[in-house]
Amino acid sequence: MAHIPDGVLSPPVLAIGAALAVAGTGLGLKALPPERVPAVAMLSAVFFVAALVHLPVGPSSVHLILNGLMGAALGWAAVPAIVVALVLQAVLFGFGGLVVLGTNVTNMAVPALIAGWVFRSLWRARPRNAALAGAVAGGVAVALTALMVAGSLALSGREFWPAARLVTLTYVPVAIIEAAFTAAAIGLVARVRPDLLEAAR
Amino acid sequence: MAPDNARCPLVARLDPRTRLLSLAAFALATVATHTASGLGAALAAAVLLALCASLPLRATLVRLLGLEGFMAVVLVTLPFTTPGAPLVEILGFSASAEGLRAAVTIAIKANAVVLATLALAGSLETVVLGHALGRLGCPERFVALFLFTVRYLGVLEAEYRRLRLAMRARAFRPATSFHTWRSFGHLIGMLMVTSIERSERIHAAMRCRGFTGRFHFDDDTRPGRLDLGFGVAQATALVLLTVVERA
Repeated sequence: MAHIPDGVLSPPVLAIGAALAVAGTGLGLKALPPERVPAVAMLSAVFFVAALVHLPVGPSSVHLILNGLMGAALGWAAVPAIVVALVLQAVLFGFGGLVVLGTNVTNMAVPALIAGWVFRSLWRARPRNAALAGAVAGGVAVALTALMVAGSLALSGREFWPAARLVTLTYVPVAIIEAAFTAAAIGLVARVRPDLLEAAR
Repeated sequence: MAPDNARCPLVARLDPRTRLLSLAAFALATVATHTASGLGAALAAAVLLALCASLPLRATLVRLLGLEGFMAVVLVTLPFTTPGAPLVEILGFSASAEGLRAAVTIAIKANAVVLATLALAGSLETVVLGHALGRLGCPERFVALFLFTVRYLGVLEAEYRRLRLAMRARAFRPATSFHTWRSFGHLIGMLMVTSIERSERIHAAMRCRGFTGRFHFDDDTRPGRLDLGFGVAQATALVLLTVVERA
């Protein structure tokens, strides 16, 4: 869903996306001590597998974006994890383009970071309501990704404005499903291994 | 790492780094092109690469046609939203020739890049891809993350299938319902917990063997004459293309 193919966006949008992605990946790697690499890799593999799951919506189906969950579970390490996932999806399945990779990373990673911050603030305020905080994080991340994808389109040319609006609409069911999904996932992890969520800073 | 078997496809005999650099150059050139001849050349080159990599025909076509909803929305609306000479009128909206041209341009560019990606990078083993990224200057920690992730993907897929089978055995059927979304959330949450425990065991075992967080890349293959020839051919093609586009 968050895979914009090559050939759509304008050069300035591509350049900004690439610059943000490189800077974010650098910061994310800095925040990732070597001893945490196996754990973060394990989680990014979980997210990669989970992103391939199709959930039915009426006669059609959607697949999850999971950047809210990644932000909550990984913190800044979510950025390099998203890069790994998008590179693998592009190379193995042909999802998304290459030149546009930086923009696609930015459109997923910025919401992931914000959602992670929102999650930790809410969770700290109400430690018992991890699931609720997870629902907010999951919904917020998808909504922000939708806005950023639409923004990337809208900034690329006036002729893309109707498409940008339509694309935003397609994210509405995803945001609802992702909120419920993230609430359940975070709720379970917070009960069984709360330290896993605390490790993300 | 490239096998020296003369019968294996041309692309497979290239150094992985040659393939990645060539792919990057191809993608940038394709996205930058704006003339019909440039687009035609990009598409032709992508098809040629796919042939040289002997990609499986059916699986590749399925990947290319598997446009996501996003792409469909853009391609369908573009003819109607680009100002220009009206071509046809559908339900009171007129499609412009310029818009149709823009939509076709995007479709060609997107498909050419995907085809080249599958041919040059998709045919690499993912571990080899990780090593090549490292030897091309990607940060060491990123490459470590990439290689670990690739290694765990297979393990986790099997674990996912196991848990999914357990759900099916309890008569779980995905539907448009809160119950479905919650169940999948629990499934993935469970996967996160078991996987993190697995990673702790792996890390402990690796530390026992002296792992300090550094990977040692002991493959010291060097690009050969074939890589040089390929690089020169591609560079020539790109220069020619620039000349044609400027004209």
